[in-house]
Amino acid sequence: MIALPAPKPEILARREEIVAALRALVPGDGVISDATRLKPYETDGLAAYRQVPLAVVLPRTTEQVAAVLRYCHGNGVRVVPRGAGTSLSGGALPMADAVVVGLMRMNRIIDIDLDDRFAVVEAGVTNIGITNAVSGDGFFYAPDPSSQLACMIGGNVMMNSGGAHCLKYGVTANNLLGVKFVTIEGEVIDIGGAHLDAAGYDWLGLITGSEGQLGMVTEVTVRILRGPEGARAMLAAFKGTEIAGAAVDAIIASGIIPVALEFMDKPCIHACEAFAHAGYPLDAEAMLIIEVEGSTEEQDELLARIKAICERFDPISLKVAESAEQSLAIWKGRKGAFGAVGRISPDYLCMDGTIPTSELPFVLKRIGEMSTQYGLAVANVFHAGDGNLHPLIMFDANDPDSFRRAESFGADILRLCVEVGGCLTGEHGVGVEKRDLMNVQFTARELDQQRAIKTAFDPQWLLNPSKVFPLEGDPVPQAAE
Amino acid sequence: MTGNAETMLAPPDEAGIAAAVSAAHAAREPIAVEGNGSKRGLLRPVQAARTLSTRGLTGITLYRPAELVLSARAGTPIPEIEAALAEKGQHLIAEPPDTRALFGSDRPATLGGIVAANLSGPRRIAWGAMRDHVLGIRFVNGAGEVLRSGGRVLKNVTGLDLCKLLAGSYGTLGVMTEVTLKVLPAPQTQATIGVRVADVAAGVRALAAGLGSPYGVSGAALVPAGASPGGPAETVAFLRIADFAPSVAYRTARLAEDLAPHGEVRIAEEAESRALWAAIRDALPLGPSAEEAVWRVSVRPSAGPGVVEAARAIGGRAFLDWGGGLAWVAGPARAEAHDAIAAAAAASGGTCTLFRAPESLRLAVAVLPEEAPPLAAIARRVKAALDPAGILNPGRMRAGF
Repeated sequence: MIALPAPKPEILARREEIVAALRALVPGDGVISDATRLKPYETDGLAAYRQVPLAVVLPRTTEQVAAVLRYCHGNGVRVVPRGAGTSLSGGALPMADAVVVGLMRMNRIIDIDLDDRFAVVEAGVTNIGITNAVSGDGFFYAPDPSSQLACMIGGNVMMNSGGAHCLKYGVTANNLLGVKFVTIEGEVIDIGGAHLDAAGYDWLGLITGSEGQLGMVTEVTVRILRGPEGARAMLAAFKGTEIAGAAVDAIIASGIIPVALEFMDKPCIHACEAFAHAGYPLDAEAMLIIEVEGSTEEQDELLARIKAICERFDPISLKVAESAEQSLAIWKGRKGAFGAVGRISPDYLCMDGTIPTSELPFVLKRIGEMSTQYGLAVANVFHAGDGNLHPLIMFDANDPDSFRRAESFGADILRLCVEVGGCLTGEHGVGVEKRDLMNVQFTARELDQQRAIKTAFDPQWLLNPSKVFPLEGDPVPQAAE
Repeated sequence: MTGNAETMLAPPDEAGIAAAVSAAHAAREPIAVEGNGSKRGLLRPVQAARTLSTRGLTGITLYRPAELVLSARAGTPIPEIEAALAEKGQHLIAEPPDTRALFGSDRPATLGGIVAANLSGPRRIAWGAMRDHVLGIRFVNGAGEVLRSGGRVLKNVTGLDLCKLLAGSYGTLGVMTEVTLKVLPAPQTQATIGVRVADVAAGVRALAAGLGSPYGVSGAALVPAGASPGGPAETVAFLRIADFAPSVAYRTARLAEDLAPHGEVRIAEEAESRALWAAIRDALPLGPSAEEAVWRVSVRPSAGPGVVEAARAIGGRAFLDWGGGLAWVAGPARAEAHDAIAAAAAASGGTCTLFRAPESLRLAVAVLPEEAPPLAAIARRVKAALDPAGILNPGRMRAGF
């Protein structure tokens, strides 16, 4: 289990006073303090960790967010920013002495400009909400994390969320134009705007993916793109993971950048097939879902090229969708992968390392060996084009030993990712989950440098405590439990 | 002035860079940081007795075409990287400009210099800026410590993203020693649709129509009548399609049809198209005289025509890239002219960089827009966190910073 610091007793003792002060700042029903209503906020997508916060505040305006942060800063109260609470890394895990500032009531779409191709939305608008607002005109917002129905754009900014289509369209950072940023001191700063390039330091780039360590974001300006004429997927199944990996290399080497290139290993294929009946080949060791875009003729042309490449690798099965419906059927299993694994195992941990794609066969082999060693099943689903692995480690939360083994197994996978030249997290963030592994990827000096930059924004270290940085290097000492 | 050869250090390796910065840090002696010094004329001159150059750190250290990654030492010349990529049919995604003609430099830009200035060309509108493709850096901070951020994989959100912070920081926060980039396959071919339009505003509308089409436009520029001294007297919007040959043929035909209502359409095939975009990338249509100043203005695309107006009002000229969102302006190197261009950028919430000017003007005006006071305070603290003694490129971006 990951250690969480002991709450500050002086803050817990002042709970009523703090709640009253927050109520004055966010009137109406914007402050939650009773135990029953606090309960839903005790965890996020990393459900193994739970902690009921001191209070939850749900502001409706940037001014209210600023006032709350100013108050917390003035009173030494820790703040946990929260969007939809879908973080898989515990990025929104509360602390007993912290106020959760939730952005779900800030859900207005402020401006859509199709000529200049941007949208301005409040931070609590869902990821899919942006696309839904512009799709009638043929536009979309590109990053598409699998939680996109629920996750909020403010959380996407803080975690620099990715998705299945970032090989072509990039991650959140590549699709952002501006934010309304609120400092812990309660200052509201407009960063960026509707234009492309910053003059001066790239604050937008630093804030994106900062996991709530530097400030909060209440409004976001994103690029919206005109969608292609169409898109279609194909499925290619192979006898070995190495063979599938070689096919991926050959596709990229041919100059084609598929809009998505997903990889599933055998356990994952089986889980998804049992769940979705998508017609996946059960005898394959590895399967690729490859999607291309363009007019029907362009899709035909690209899919034919990719099919010809795959044929050089002795495929077990090649299935090119001939319609949008067939394409959806191919995607159906992949999109349901997490649910499918959830059906065969009571609980699972979803890991998120990235590796150089050439290391894929070695890494999958090692993960298989670890699976035997830990006595826990694992299914791998993987953004093959960019090397972002999502091993799903299955365990039973009712068995504490099983959970401990799952955590160790996950940590070993992430260490392996770093060892082969990759990193701890490709898109889920460090959060609380990978905090204690940061020393594996970074030297003490590198972490100290990052800490010094956090201190420049948040001198008292009140923002999103106990996340990202290992506790022992915290410049503001906290007593560990 | 920077770049005095007698006081230039150009160590052959990262350890040498770290030693030089450590010594300067200990002595609290400012140093001018540069690669090949090809953009010394950009922003403000640095007041430092010594120059530290990364030009001794050269060579590609890792190139995996199938993984779409390339690492090179910071002093590696951009043309060397472009040549290595071209050999494998790939390219630098952001299409960085070659500023030799603008600055009258005979040395090519280095990788570190292009990243430190975050300079991107026409492809930025479709595929992102230089900073978007920096996957990892090694750098020496102002205390002489060798640090890394990011890595060599395409997706990485581990820790604060110092790659983006250092990209565009002009050597004021650290000295990059090695950079890892995402690269992509270069399209097989390209073509450009030129639309002769009535005026600048009509041109930006044509570009918006193209960028709002499903055809994957990868360049969208507008060269107004009179943009070049002695240049053509017509205003033309240019839209580039680059992809596999059958796609280029199909999309160009469809888009030309769609754009016909915007004006007379002419299609430039491969060679002509390439030459056109190289010129736009390098701001050649401006053809500035040696005495003129050059500004680079980033605004929302529909505000581009306003910047062209402002350029004309100061007796200057401009052309637009990025669908209208990037204005290259040339005009008299005077403070009033600078203020007028900066005001035109600010009026629509955009930004303005004094890209090239005689030293006297660069010292006299704010070459970059001022930051709001709370952000300026954070900037000072972030600068101190990376460069505690304030020795790296003091005054390069802002006076007294």
